[in-house]
Amino acid sequence: MTTAIDSPHRPARRVSRFLDARPRWRLAGLLTGPALWLVVLYFGSLMALFLTSLYRLNDDATRITEQMGTSNYHELLTTSVYRDIVVRTIGVAVLVTVIDIVLALPIAFFIAKIARPRLRTVLITAVLVPLWGSYLVKAFAWRAILGSPGGVLDKTFGSSPGYGLPAVVIVLAYLWLPYMIVPIYAGLDRLPDSLLEASNDLGAGFWLTFRTVVIPILFPAIVAGSVFTFSLSMGDYIAVALVGGPTQMIGSVVYANFASNLPFAAAFATVPVLVMVFYLLGIRRTGALENL
Amino acid sequence: MRTRRIATGCGLAVALLLSACGSSSGGGGASAPTALGKAEGSLKIIAWAGYAEDGSTDPAYNWVSNFEKDSGCQVDVKIGNTSDEMYQLMQTGEYDGVSASGDASVRLIDAGLVAPVNTSLVPHYADISAFLKDQAYNTSGGKNYGIPHGWGANYLMYNTDVVSPAPDSWGVVFDKASPYKGKVTAYDAPIYIADAALYLKTAKPELGITDPYSLTQAQFDAAVALLKDQRTVVGEYWSNYAVSQSAFEQGSIVLGTTWQVIANLAQANDAKVATVLPKEGATGWSDTWMVSSKAKHPNCMYMWMDYITSPEVQAQVAYYFGEAPANPNACALIADDPTHCDVFKATDADFYKGISFWATPRKKCLNGSGDNCVPFSEWIKAWTAIKG
Repeated sequence: MTTAIDSPHRPARRVSRFLDARPRWRLAGLLTGPALWLVVLYFGSLMALFLTSLYRLNDDATRITEQMGTSNYHELLTTSVYRDIVVRTIGVAVLVTVIDIVLALPIAFFIAKIARPRLRTVLITAVLVPLWGSYLVKAFAWRAILGSPGGVLDKTFGSSPGYGLPAVVIVLAYLWLPYMIVPIYAGLDRLPDSLLEASNDLGAGFWLTFRTVVIPILFPAIVAGSVFTFSLSMGDYIAVALVGGPTQMIGSVVYANFASNLPFAAAFATVPVLVMVFYLLGIRRTGALENL
Repeated sequence: MRTRRIATGCGLAVALLLSACGSSSGGGGASAPTALGKAEGSLKIIAWAGYAEDGSTDPAYNWVSNFEKDSGCQVDVKIGNTSDEMYQLMQTGEYDGVSASGDASVRLIDAGLVAPVNTSLVPHYADISAFLKDQAYNTSGGKNYGIPHGWGANYLMYNTDVVSPAPDSWGVVFDKASPYKGKVTAYDAPIYIADAALYLKTAKPELGITDPYSLTQAQFDAAVALLKDQRTVVGEYWSNYAVSQSAFEQGSIVLGTTWQVIANLAQANDAKVATVLPKEGATGWSDTWMVSSKAKHPNCMYMWMDYITSPEVQAQVAYYFGEAPANPNACALIADDPTHCDVFKATDADFYKGISFWATPRKKCLNGSGDNCVPFSEWIKAWTAIKG
């Protein structure tokens, strides 16, 4: 064994000697794989999306013509129905995010600050377990719950929102809740109890402490959670199809056009990308990203 | 220069541009095989729900397993929910064949995505009803591009407990003052605009509609306006048959267009539903098994096409799906319902001609009335606008 390692002619040994003397090569060796992965798969697919959106379907929808142009974008901007769908989708994403923040704050606070360590483990597991289940199964389950008439809610309580926009908001808020609870819990975990006690000693009540101590410290965590809930809601098309009734969101239009008019689907799919870019730029201005 | 730029674009855009690159290869180059080789051991097909049952939906309905045993071809079935979906799936080149309706088959032939079929290699082709052969949707330039599977109409399904009196006109699904507001359904695909046009053909004769797939701008606008009215009473659009079935079973939907197979499945689960062929007639489908021009298992596909058109299998498919079999020899073998072929008028060529079969609308009118028809790309856009 020892002779093998000592031998200067072993290839592995030669490589490590070579790299030991050249830190730049070392760095390149480490980063080339991940960088290629990022550039080819991530930017490559975004480029593909953008390039596809410049093509056009021919009139009879039999093939995609080879002239490039911006006709898809022109149509996107000048047709009112697409504007309505974009506004509706952003509205749903905002509403889902707000609902998740409101639900996640007390739950995460209870887990992090009030529950005993043993219960804490149980609760954290309970929050994470739904993520193990298939998204599709959960959405179908909500279909069975919300149906009106005939759904679980309707049979038990005699009323249900039925399928439609409210159902979409309810189901998406349910689906993405763990993505909000986990970062807020992590943020609260880092918040020392002594800060809360100090605030209490200085005479601040619950709300004043919450507003002036807890929220500012939690802000980056809430922002991190909102990136998940907002972006996942922006792109959803399955929950909409199952519980949305006739409602259309950006995702459902992209999905429908993916089969019938691919270039237009690609053009419409750039809208949520742009919305998320603006969302992230806005967040950056608040400085929340630096505190993460 | 231009081709080079496109080639670079294609290279960069591997995932999404597959179709854009593929579409530049025109049709007509492929030729039909003259003899069959050995089975390749597997087969990947795109089918309508209910066309290739392996017992997983209902153990009593399984004709795929026998084929696998006899031919040695393992069958992998991908369900297509709409013709547009099937067309998109065929563009990937991953599949050996497809059960295409008329609104996909012509596009597939034009784009060169399917190969001509040598019908002499499919012995059961000889038995198929004459009125299904050499039609515009399965034949082009004198070449056959597939083997007819079966045909039928899109029916109006209703909940017999709730909907009274029993409907006999499509008018009930387009009525914006419908008493069933919020419980009406419609097929979620641009081709459904033809259903509105078909209704207007009778309801508003002054529009002068002759063929629901050949619409002038004024006729098209009238159909779109009718569908926008319908949107206010629609509870849910369907393209996935299982979603439609569950909606009728739980009663959240009580009225709307359907395939007979969905009614059969719902009835098997004790749903109180019935179907009717309304007095205005109906849109429908006449399906063709086609072979992909990039098929990796063409021999298995030919074996499948002969198997699926054999009288025994046609009897099972036709009964299960609720359609007229392409091979009339199947009629005598439908033990569960000896009147099946009479009910679906399987051998009635005049009835066949009365159905408005799905076809892809073109600028050059399909019925030969001129070059001023609204093309399918406009139908696609209008469908998004209708749903709002």
